[in-house]
Order: sequence, then structure tokens, then C-alpha cells
Amino acid sequence: MQADPRGVLTGVHFIDGDHAACEGALAAGCRFVAGYPITPSTEIVERFAARIPQVGGIFIQMEDELAASMAIQGAVWGGKKVMNVTSGPGLSLMMEHLGYAFMTETPCVWVDVQRGGPSTGLPTGPAQADMMQIKWGSHGDFEVIALAPNSPQECFDLMVRAFNLTETWRVPVFLMMDEVVGHMTERVVIPPASAIEVVERKWTAKQPGDYQVYGTTPEDPVPEMIKAGDGYRVHVTGLTHDEKGYPDLTPAAQHKLGRRLVDKIRLNASQLVDLREDGVEGADVVVVSFGITSRVAMAAIEAARARGVKVGAARLVITWPFPAGRLREIARTAKAIVVPELNLGQMVLEVQRAVAGCAKVTGLPHAGGTVHEVDTILNAILEAAR
Amino acid sequence: MSQDLDTLPEADFGMENAVLPFLRQDRIPHIWCPGCGIGTTVNCFCRALGESGLDLDQVAIVSGIGCTGRTAGYLNLDSFHTTHGRAIPFATGLKLANPKLKVVVYSGDGDLSAIGGNHLMHAARRNMDLMVVCVNNFTYGMTGGQVAPTTPTGPTQTTMPYGNFESPFNLPFLADACGAVYVARWTVYHVRQLAKAMREGLQKKGFVFIEALSPCPTLYSRRNRLGDGVDQVKYYKERSQVRNGADTKEVGLTYQGDIIVGKFVDRERPTWMDAMNSHFNKVLGDSFQTYGADHGQD
Repeated sequence: MQADPRGVLTGVHFIDGDHAACEGALAAGCRFVAGYPITPSTEIVERFAARIPQVGGIFIQMEDELAASMAIQGAVWGGKKVMNVTSGPGLSLMMEHLGYAFMTETPCVWVDVQRGGPSTGLPTGPAQADMMQIKWGSHGDFEVIALAPNSPQECFDLMVRAFNLTETWRVPVFLMMDEVVGHMTERVVIPPASAIEVVERKWTAKQPGDYQVYGTTPEDPVPEMIKAGDGYRVHVTGLTHDEKGYPDLTPAAQHKLGRRLVDKIRLNASQLVDLREDGVEGADVVVVSFGITSRVAMAAIEAARARGVKVGAARLVITWPFPAGRLREIARTAKAIVVPELNLGQMVLEVQRAVAGCAKVTGLPHAGGTVHEVDTILNAILEAAR
Repeated sequence: MSQDLDTLPEADFGMENAVLPFLRQDRIPHIWCPGCGIGTTVNCFCRALGESGLDLDQVAIVSGIGCTGRTAGYLNLDSFHTTHGRAIPFATGLKLANPKLKVVVYSGDGDLSAIGGNHLMHAARRNMDLMVVCVNNFTYGMTGGQVAPTTPTGPTQTTMPYGNFESPFNLPFLADACGAVYVARWTVYHVRQLAKAMREGLQKKGFVFIEALSPCPTLYSRRNRLGDGVDQVKYYKERSQVRNGADTKEVGLTYQGDIIVGKFVDRERPTWMDAMNSHFNKVLGDSFQTYGADHGQD
């Protein structure tokens, strides 16, 4: 369906990524945010707090991140589309509720404007060092979807997509920004509402007697939803549960639920992955990157091409699920893969796992605080091409 | 003995039990121990629901983790069993997203006042329109009897094996100081008063805090040689003093000492949403449309 025009600020804007992300959420139908301030994400909730009274919805600043990440989930079951906004230290606190959202299949978008860590780290400097935390940070087995914008325009576009993905799959979906993308000001074009495709919640058409809150079929592993107050009298729990939502603390129930929740993403990964390729066919060297680093990498790739090196770019627009199959194919023809990232070695591990020795993989780790030097990536490309 | 039982006529619990319609009967039997008081509080709550006149489709119950946290799963309402300590934030989001709901938080003393203590304070401060039932059994039951912020000074707990040397929270005082508009304490001996307080709480707008003292015979009483559940209820009967309107500063609990019960606070204050609506109407004028109006809220 089309976006609700009340939330869409159609026009050409000159705004930063944090503000663009907020506009993306409003355009996607987000009408509830429970926030807690943390640099460098705060501008997102500040803008939401200013905009939402006129759009129609709720902003509430909570007492801590634990409260924020749980209040949004209550709001989902009250019928709203919601967003959870934070940065590294806040994200660490929210990890239990990432698991709750996954376990209860509560659709919600989580925005992490990444900064240097660990601990309080470097609040005002960029990093891409939470990539494994969102994949593995909550206890138990789970799968998230994560998107990595590299510009304010993409903060808007991918935010809308993140909302559509979370409503479609009912898993928490991450928008993995970083301090530079969040604070970088660029041209952002917001289309008319009629040109923004928005996925509505998967409301059930069943009557209360026929409805099961976690009822699924082999063909459709994503259950239909209701909201509290509609007369369905559902039970929702973070305990292992059956189709009725009732606790079932048996190995059989754990197996059935655990497999369905994980498989709904794993078995559909091929339709979720988004690897943007540029000049990969016939390239000797391929640079795999994501987020802000993909823009620095592109400058290095162009400089290398000017020197006659056959170098391709493969950009992870969606980082999770990971496009392992396609990267394995690329590795069969490329000699080497270079992976620059603003952390001390995270996504490079996933590339190595996917490539399984078919090509040489060189990581370009960076502790964060600023972005890579173009020459650092260029030199790595030239070295790999030898 | 078993043969004698077999010859007894089958009990008919269904026909005359006023509480059954409020329960998810396919979830019974419950997990609570013999002598535990949580079920008694649930009985009171069901009677309060029935007397409140509320449309049960519009009542939601939210629990945290622990023995009392299992309450949500037994009630035939929209019910949410959340994470440890976070029932109040979840309920806050639920209520604000769908203001026509009456949202009840039903959880234990450890869940609400230790790990969830910060949320209790802030929800009371905001006067969030929630009714909180805190079943206080002075211990962490589900995990095996560890010291709680409500454990009186003196008795032993598994993590206070030489006796508790900490001072307990006075929960009504805490809720009162933070701004709750309705604060009451009863015990599971006072079933009529507790049910009445719950009915008043369901009908009250704003942050309601009801403390229900309840025995934990398995862990708290046995470890401290206080007898079984009935012995604790006898203690509640003998040592409780009803003092409606008491200064909450004066209602702190001591180990097996006097218990002040009653309705301590009943006052009016704008809820968070009423304050938001009236403020935005004032400062934003026509650009603001009263939130919740389309939900049938006053």
C-alpha cells in the first residue's frame, strides 16, 4: 500500500542522516518511539519528538534503554509501527529485548548509529564494530535482518525498507548507521507519499475462535497478527511456546519453535540478500564493504582502475543475512578480496567463511574514530593485484 | 487411602465457581505451590474484574518474570509475559499505543522493585495510567529463595544464609513519594478488601499501586521455620492493623512484626497522556489533534 501522506515530508532537503532516518521512519508509518538519548543517534529521536505531535502518534523519553526497547514492543502489540534508536552502549543494554522481539515475533526496527567502542569508547567518532553484536549479542539462536546505508538519502530509503522487512518477516530489523552517515549532511529527496510503497502489518482476517497467535503453515512461516483489545485474548510470552502462545517447556516445543523462527530467515535468505556489484565480472580484485566505508572504498577503486587494475566493488546493502553464495561465486574468478571495515575484523570473518579458501581474503581493519584513508585501501588493492 | 478418594463423587468445580470464566482453563493446573498466596490474589483480581464493569476484551495484563509473573498466562485476557523487571515499560507502550485499553501490571516484589525498580518509580512519577499489582512474598520464589529488596531484616535466605542484614523497601512509601494516585496494601487474609482495592484500582485513572502480602511457604516460611501457608495467613490476621489514610512513611514492615494495611493514598493528578494532550493543545494549537480521541478515550 501507499504511505500515509501525514508522515511524508515530500521535497528536496539538505539534511543529515539522522534526520533523514527519522523522516524515513515517519514515511514508513512509524507512530511510536520510546527513546533514550545517546550520541550520535539522538538527533533521530529529537526530530521525532518535534514532528510526531502534528503527524499523530507518541514519543516518550524513557528512563533507560531497557525501558525504551521494551516500551516499543508493548506499543507494537497495541497496534503501532515502532522504532528503537540507540548507539553501542545502549545497544548492549537492549540485547535481552532483541531476543524478546525475536522470540515473540514483534515487528520493530532497531537503529544503531555506531560509534567507537567497547564501553563508552568514542561517542563522537564512527565505527562499524557492532556488526557481530547484532548477529550474536542476545542469548540463544536468532536471526536478524540488517541494512547498512552509506548516505543520508539511503538512511531515508533503507529505513522505509527496514520497516517493510520487519512487517513482512516479523523479526527485528536493524538499520546499521554510523556516526559519519548520521551526521553527514547531503541532498535527500523524499518522494510523494503515493510513490512510497509501505507494507502493512500482517493483520489476521480470522475470527477469535479460529485464530492462533503463533499459528503458521509450512508454506507461510510468518504468523498473522492482532492487537490487544481486538477480542482475541492472546497470550504472548518470551518462554518457549506453542501455536497458542502458551508456554511449552519441552525439547520438542523448543525444537519446533527454534527451527521455525530461525528458518523463516535462513531458508529465505536468497530473497533477502542485497549485494550491489560494480565491475565484479572479470575483476582480479574485489573490494567487499558496507556503510560509510563503501564510499571511501569507491574512491580507492576508481584510483586503482585509473592505474589499470581490474577491480570490482561488492557492497553489502544488506549485511545480514549474508550473501555467502554469491561471494563464493565471485571468489572463483577473482584472485583476491579486500575487506575494509571500521572494526578490528568482523565481516571479514564472514567473507573468509563464505569464500572458503577460493580466493585470498585481506582484511583492512580500522579501530574507528574516523574513516579509512583512501590510500590505505588503494595500496591494499594494488598489493592484492600483484 | 487412594481407594477412598476414588469412591468420592467427582467434584464439580465448573458450575459454581465465579472465577473460572476469567481464567484460561486450558492452562490449569497452575505452577504455584500448595499454601502459596498468589492464587488467592488472582481470585481477588478475577472478582474485581467481574465487579468493575469493564469490557474484558479491553483489559490487558502484563507480567514480568517470577512466580507472580506467571499470572498473565492464566488469565483469559490479552496477556503478556515479558522480561524480568520490564513489565511496566511494556505496559506503558501498550497503553499509549492503544489508549482505550485498561492495562494491568501483575508481578512480584523482586521483579517490580529490584530489577524493575527504576521503571516503577518513573511510571509513578509520570502518572502513567496503569494499575500495578505487586504480590510481595518477601523472596525470590522462582529461583529458590534468594534475598529480595523486600525481605525484612533478620530472616535467612539462600543468599543471606546468616540472616538478612539489609533494610527492606517500604513499597507504599516509595509509590506514594513517586506520585502514584492510588496506593493500598492488603494481605491474602484480607480477600474482600484486596478485591475491593483491585476494583477501585481498575476504575481509577492514573498510576495505581496495590501491594498484596502473600506467603511463600516453600522457601521463605520453611527456611525460617514459620510454618506453612496457613500459619502465615494466621500471622497476617493477628498482626494486621487497618489504617486507611495512614502516612506511608509509617507503614514499613519488620520481620513477623505488625502490618499496617489499608488504602493509604487516593488522589487526582493528570495522567501522562492527559498532560501531553492538554500541553500540546495549548502550545501547538490547531496543528495538534488530541491523541487518543480516535480510540474513544474521553
